[in-house]
Amino acid sequence: MIRKQVTRQALDAWVDGLIAAGRVVGAQKKGGRYAFDDLRRAADLCLDYDVTILPPKKYFLPPKEDILRFSDGRYESVSDAAPFTLLGVHPYDMAAIAQMDKLFAQDNRDEHYLARREQATVVVCDIERMSPNIFAASVGTATAADGCDALITRVGRAYVIESHTAKGERLLAGLAGAPDADAVTLARREQLWEDNARLMSRRELRVEPRRLPRLLEDAYDHPVWEEKASQCFACGSCNLVCPTCYCFDVQDDVEWDPSRGVRRRVWDGCMLTDFATVAGKHNFRKNRADRYRHRYYRKGKYVPEKIGDFSCVGCGRCVSACVARIADPVEVYNRIAEVQ
Amino acid sequence: MCGGAGKPEAKDIYRPEPATLARSEGLTAHERWFEVKLDSGRPLGHMPGQFVEISVPGIGEAPISVSSAPGRNGAFELVVRNVGNVTRALHGLPAGARIGVRGPFGTSFPVDGAMRGRDVLFICGGIGLVPVRSAIQYVLDHRPDYGAVTILFGTRSPSDRLFTDETAKWAGTRGVTYMETVDRGDAGWTGKVGVITTLMPDLKIDPARTVAVVCGPPIMYKFVIIELHKMKVADENIFVSLERNMKCGVGKCGHCQINGLYVCRKGPVFRYADVNDVREAV
Ligand SMILES: Cc1cc2nc3c(=O)[nH]c(=O)nc-3n(C[C@H](O)[C@H](O)[C@H](O)COP(=O)(O)OP(=O)(O)OC[C@H]3O[C@@H](n4cnc5c(N)ncnc54)[C@H](O)[C@@H]3O)c2cc1C
Ligand code: SF4
Ligand code: SF4
Ligand code: FES
Repeated sequence: MIRKQVTRQALDAWVDGLIAAGRVVGAQKKGGRYAFDDLRRAADLCLDYDVTILPPKKYFLPPKEDILRFSDGRYESVSDAAPFTLLGVHPYDMAAIAQMDKLFAQDNRDEHYLARREQATVVVCDIERMSPNIFAASVGTATAADGCDALITRVGRAYVIESHTAKGERLLAGLAGAPDADAVTLARREQLWEDNARLMSRRELRVEPRRLPRLLEDAYDHPVWEEKASQCFACGSCNLVCPTCYCFDVQDDVEWDPSRGVRRRVWDGCMLTDFATVAGKHNFRKNRADRYRHRYYRKGKYVPEKIGDFSCVGCGRCVSACVARIADPVEVYNRIAEVQ
Repeated sequence: MCGGAGKPEAKDIYRPEPATLARSEGLTAHERWFEVKLDSGRPLGHMPGQFVEISVPGIGEAPISVSSAPGRNGAFELVVRNVGNVTRALHGLPAGARIGVRGPFGTSFPVDGAMRGRDVLFICGGIGLVPVRSAIQYVLDHRPDYGAVTILFGTRSPSDRLFTDETAKWAGTRGVTYMETVDRGDAGWTGKVGVITTLMPDLKIDPARTVAVVCGPPIMYKFVIIELHKMKVADENIFVSLERNMKCGVGKCGHCQINGLYVCRKGPVFRYADVNDVREAV
């Protein structure tokens, strides 16, 4: 493990070096908010953002992705996966990526997702500022950065940059001249982690996530579903901004010659009215409450039963994105826990 | 894959293999029968009740049940109801047209498991006969391995009945009871009129020896199962094939979920005892 301690200036020089060497994506300011985008210079990199509009999942599961090309009735796989570095991912988003890694590798390997994932070097940065609706500390994703290749933590005026994998070590090669992190700084980092793990929540989830699968078992007819869903617009925004939502639709598109074209997958969302509709207009989740409940069961029960992780990482994006102000996992799960 | 990732294509779970529509024939105004051959010549290797994902290049992909029993030298049969983009395009394709096939996917009717050595009761509504036909053919192909065979088939009208030549043959087979009914008759119809459950009270079956297989439109299951319960058939001995919206067929896209169950992998065939407490199931 390489563990360097640098000034912001040295960090920027290192990032500019990475940009000169290949594609780098990083968190940046976008009209008063923050977003992941291609980084043109280190000065644009934001490590003190609160939350990005969209999670970095778009680099592994793009909103639109060509997966096959066909001509004359033959299909071939396509992928434009290419090496890149993803800089400044918050721990909760890393937790979400680690979940997707399991889901896409499990049972049937999804080579399209995994190819993009393999090509990525992911650098996590510890959270410096809380977003308005974060509750990561409540679900244990405020600091742990399992699965990342390197980790950046700001400690006072210094940055500790640490490699966690061989990929991360290669990335840190450009910092060979920087000093190793000293004991005092590392101790302060330890303290900062402790604080973040405790404090990075605006509100408290009053139920241990690992108890939710069991609690939800008895909550199918809880009034909260109908109550909340009665105001739902079925807009799908909560799906769209969620780092752990990965449902998709598949569509074909032809070129001017209709025997040639591509098959694409595009993001879909279980909150959209026709997500479960089949021929004959039969909708297996016709009521808004059915769709609303499904989303919270997926996060709290179905996905946990598949991979063992609570599938809401507490980023709070859905809370902010929902114009009806009903998409709040903390409120929903606390209600469920209350009656038990 | 092209584009630098450098992985073997064979591993891509979304890539269809090339196939040809060998023959096709209209069965009703809305349903068409197809015989499909994989270009590789390999047999599909399915079991009755499983489905394939059929691609029409440029239009899309749809999950379709295999309607024929396994082991008919490389070719397999489908029956497609024209309801939308892909199914309409399939209806318009001439013999010899190129299509794509993925699969077979999903679970199958337990022809080599729970059904073996038992009396078998098939209950099919409309194109529910399509997947079940594969199991019926299988059972008739291995006749000594099963007890009494009863087939119930219900459609909306006489002209919606599928495979009338074949069902007539079943009706005339010793050891097979075949009964059909229509919701509404027409001028020439002399058979039974009424929903499929009206056939059930008259059945003489031994519930302890019987395994029931149920497939039909979503609305049908509840009522058929009530009748089966009246006949004292246990939930362990009822198998249902459930349809859902499916986009990937391989457990990723999320469309097919019944609560936490992925129908494309844990279904479409379920033992009813395993889903009777799953709220979204029937
Ligand atoms: C396991 C399984 C086995 C199956 N086996 C068979 C079979 O053997 N034979 C067969 O004919 N079918 C079968 N089906 C059903 C078949 O897969 C569907 O009919 C098919 O996918 C329809 O595709 P399409 O592109 O033709 O229709 P689409 O163009 O996708 O539309 C189909 C219909 O779905 C509804 N729908 C879809 N999207 C919307 C929307 N946004 N808004 C409102 N309504 C919408 C509409 O009613 C529309 O007519 C099976 C399905 C499953 C899951
Ligand atoms: S459910 Fe909401 S808070 Fe939880 S991970 Fe998704 S967007 Fe973030
Ligand atoms: S963002 Fe809010 S209104 Fe939109 S689908 Fe989600 S819960 Fe419903
Ligand atoms: S059809 Fe995509 S998950 Fe089952």
